[in-house]
Amino acid sequence: MKVAVPKEIRPGERRVAATPESTARLIKLGFEVEIESDAGLAASFGNEDYEAVGAVIVHDTRALWQSADLVLKVLPPEQNTALGLHEADLLKEGAALISFLWPGKNTELVSRLAARKVTALAIDQVPRISRAQKMDALSVMANIAGYRAVVEAASFFGRFFTGQMTAAGRVAPAKVLVIGAGVAGLAAIGAARGLGAIVYAFDTRAAVKDQVKSMGAEFIELAVEEEGEGGGGYAREMSDAYVKAEMAMFAAKAKEVDIIITTALIPNKPAPLLITEPMVRSMKKGSVIVDLAAENGGNCACTQPGQVVEKFGVHVIGFNDMPSRLAPTASQLYGTNLTHLLADMGGAKSFHIDLNDEVVRGALVLQNGELMWPPPKKEVPPAPVVQRPSRPNLPVVKSEPEPHKKVAKKAGPGTFIGIAVLALALAWFGTIAPAAFLSHLTVFALSCVIGWQVVWNVTPALHTPLMSVTNAISGIIIVGGMLQVSGPLSSPSAILGAIAILVAAINVAGGFLVTKRMLRMFQR
Amino acid sequence: MPQSLVTLAYITAGILFIFSLGGLSNQSTARRGNTLGIIGMLLAIVATALGPQVTSYGLLAGALGVGCVVGAALAARVQMTSMPQLVAILHSFVGAAAVLVGFASYLDTGIHVEGIEARIHEVETFVGVFVGALTFTGSIIAFAKLQGLIGSRPLLLPGRHLLNLAAFGVCVYMGYLFVGADTESGVMPLIVNTAIASLVGIHVVMAIGGADMPVVVSMLNSYSGWAAAAAGFMLSNDLLIITGALVGSSGAILSYIMCKAMNRSFISVIFGGFGADEGKAPARATSDAPAGKERSIDVGETVSLLREARKVIIVPGYGMAVAQAQSPLYEVTRLLRDAGADVRFAIHPVAGRLPGHMNVLLAEAKVPYDIVLEMEEINPDFPETDVVIVIGANDIVNPGALDDPASPIYGMPILEVWKAKTCIVMKRSMASGYAGVENPLFFKENTVMLFGDARKNVDAILADLRTKHAGAAA
Repeated sequence: MKVAVPKEIRPGERRVAATPESTARLIKLGFEVEIESDAGLAASFGNEDYEAVGAVIVHDTRALWQSADLVLKVLPPEQNTALGLHEADLLKEGAALISFLWPGKNTELVSRLAARKVTALAIDQVPRISRAQKMDALSVMANIAGYRAVVEAASFFGRFFTGQMTAAGRVAPAKVLVIGAGVAGLAAIGAARGLGAIVYAFDTRAAVKDQVKSMGAEFIELAVEEEGEGGGGYAREMSDAYVKAEMAMFAAKAKEVDIIITTALIPNKPAPLLITEPMVRSMKKGSVIVDLAAENGGNCACTQPGQVVEKFGVHVIGFNDMPSRLAPTASQLYGTNLTHLLADMGGAKSFHIDLNDEVVRGALVLQNGELMWPPPKKEVPPAPVVQRPSRPNLPVVKSEPEPHKKVAKKAGPGTFIGIAVLALALAWFGTIAPAAFLSHLTVFALSCVIGWQVVWNVTPALHTPLMSVTNAISGIIIVGGMLQVSGPLSSPSAILGAIAILVAAINVAGGFLVTKRMLRMFQR
Repeated sequence: MPQSLVTLAYITAGILFIFSLGGLSNQSTARRGNTLGIIGMLLAIVATALGPQVTSYGLLAGALGVGCVVGAALAARVQMTSMPQLVAILHSFVGAAAVLVGFASYLDTGIHVEGIEARIHEVETFVGVFVGALTFTGSIIAFAKLQGLIGSRPLLLPGRHLLNLAAFGVCVYMGYLFVGADTESGVMPLIVNTAIASLVGIHVVMAIGGADMPVVVSMLNSYSGWAAAAAGFMLSNDLLIITGALVGSSGAILSYIMCKAMNRSFISVIFGGFGADEGKAPARATSDAPAGKERSIDVGETVSLLREARKVIIVPGYGMAVAQAQSPLYEVTRLLRDAGADVRFAIHPVAGRLPGHMNVLLAEAKVPYDIVLEMEEINPDFPETDVVIVIGANDIVNPGALDDPASPIYGMPILEVWKAKTCIVMKRSMASGYAGVENPLFFKENTVMLFGDARKNVDAILADLRTKHAGAAA
């Protein structure tokens, strides 16, 4: 089965769908891999690196596309101006394609692909379930974008991130506000903390609070209580009261912080507007805003998608190619996502579309030209509650479910009846039992209580010595044997007594000595 | 020696035994505790020997001497991994002694009691023999299972609870025949009672699976105590009663702790036969297997992870002891600690085959006890830990116990190792653990697997660390 990896043609795109490392894995899975000449150059992978792992370098773009059974790309196919042809039309009839496709908005592209009888999988549609984490390219890209956002912010920010005490005086640490604690937000928090900044983070979903804290940021909570979890790890839109409180908080924080990184997206909606122009104006001169939602309209009113603008002395960064700016890492992780997906689909030998595989089914857009998207609703995240189009929500990482706490059983009436019966039985027994027996019973009961108290204090580390020492002292039954042994030598009770002494003595000696041996091993 | 002095000696011995157990509350006083126990025992034996009831010293000295020599030899030779077997066989001796003492005291014509006292004495004898016989055979079977003489798979007879109930019914009937009968006609019911109790002991322990042995052994520990206490009632001897009660409650507490640690009910333990039935196999089928791919690493990568780690926690399981990896593991620990890392051990209550077994095995490998921590102590520290090494353990680190209600081990307290940055699992293969449950830990993103024999891998890690260590020093 022939796999082709063409060079990405969108201007400025540096990523590539396969690195030499992932190519090697593809070849291991049984695929023949052809790479377009210089496809990896912008991501720092040379043709010779691909050849070294066994791939074939193809110079003719048209030939590459047309001979391939499966094409791996990063961006959706688009018009190739050099050839004057759309990439979709370059595909061999009936071939397969895996790339980002965004079938929801690229309907024209989907029908173009359908006309070619193509089988197309959209890596962006891989469901967010734990089994599919290794193929979750969205998380990969979000993680990279979050990191890169901080790096971009730092390059426009004229001061240190970390606070320093120098001989020349004190430098205060930078303050960073991260809005939206999804994958990108958490990555941004980590990177900003790593540079030494003080980081605040906000998210409508309370569940991410612990994750935010574990990354070292302070989680901002609003006085209004409302849960923003919209299912499937995404956020939903919030009520008016909540949004009002949220905007007030942003306005207050804008005056305080130096850097704002926004990552708020709601599925299938324009990005919510969170940072208004007055807020930007209120920020300190030299501050930086990085808007990771620029492509979907931006979270900041001043954002220009794809550009950096300076407004009121504040740099607003609206790059929408953050992952491409970290091309080697992005390519490497994306390439690995693809190999995982292909391995799950059976490798080269048994490559097939399994409609029962939740992951494949979710990503499948076209099967031999037939529209398969969207997949039938099963456990797909519920659509966000639609109210008004401009509200905050945030992408997310899945949080672990809380372990269920067991409810302690309460003593029912049965317990009391039991106690009462027991007390009556004891009282009855007391009236008929001889005094000597009762005194033994007293000793017995008190000893049980003492034993219970004493043994709970034993450190668990010494439970084995505890068992051996109780072995030894339960050898006290030797006394019973001794009391019987003194009859005539032939009498059964003397013989039985002697055997009892023998076995009990083994216990006594063995128990104490092995305890001693063990305890000697316990050294500080 | 007059009886009053003997009684006084007994009380002293009883108090010494209590102090002996109390001494085990921490490592620094434990040895003194053991010594106090020995003194108490000597005091009791000497006082009894000098008491009015003992006259034939030859037989006494002979039996005592042989027993002590055998016991000392056992204690000196036993491997620490074989401690569970030793403990089990010692329980069987207590059981046997209780049966023997019961018969001896019944056949001893020297004791004369009348009326209600005689009836009570007979009941005491009967019960004492029953518990003793049960402990005896149950412990023998436990020993044989631990030693590998018989398979550790649970043997489940059809209708076993009914069988036990029927056996119990017969014993009660025998008791009815026994109480009030004269010595000659009473022997037969007592023998039948012994035989049936022995069968019940065998049956109950046969029905228990291998890794539930910690519970079984502590349960038998408890039974042996009750057997001794019953003998005390039989002979009107308070020292036996006190000691039996101490041992009985100690065993009961250990069983309780073990049950909690395995999330099993105490009742199901007492009635035996746990660990095999209650829907283990079906439960496995219903929970969808955690799909995913584990990631494996080699020794070199393990070493580089360890060398970069500041905080390391090692979680040993019985597999470590089986592979005899504890000594090289401690060497690794020492090297890492010398290099400035904080390395500690985390012990789950049911790690090993006996309560506290893992602590003894680590102590034998000279691991200082202050870096060996219990589950409750160390669980909060996992999030700040760089590397966790899980070696030869499986179910005790299975996150399914916390978050998967379908898991057969759901509800069992576990070591939360996945909260660390990286978790290295050393294992022979991907096979599931004793409970037969898939372990989602292996598929977590921050988990890596180091396959192979634990001993060989630890030796390799040690060798690698040593060369790098020497290189760094040079």
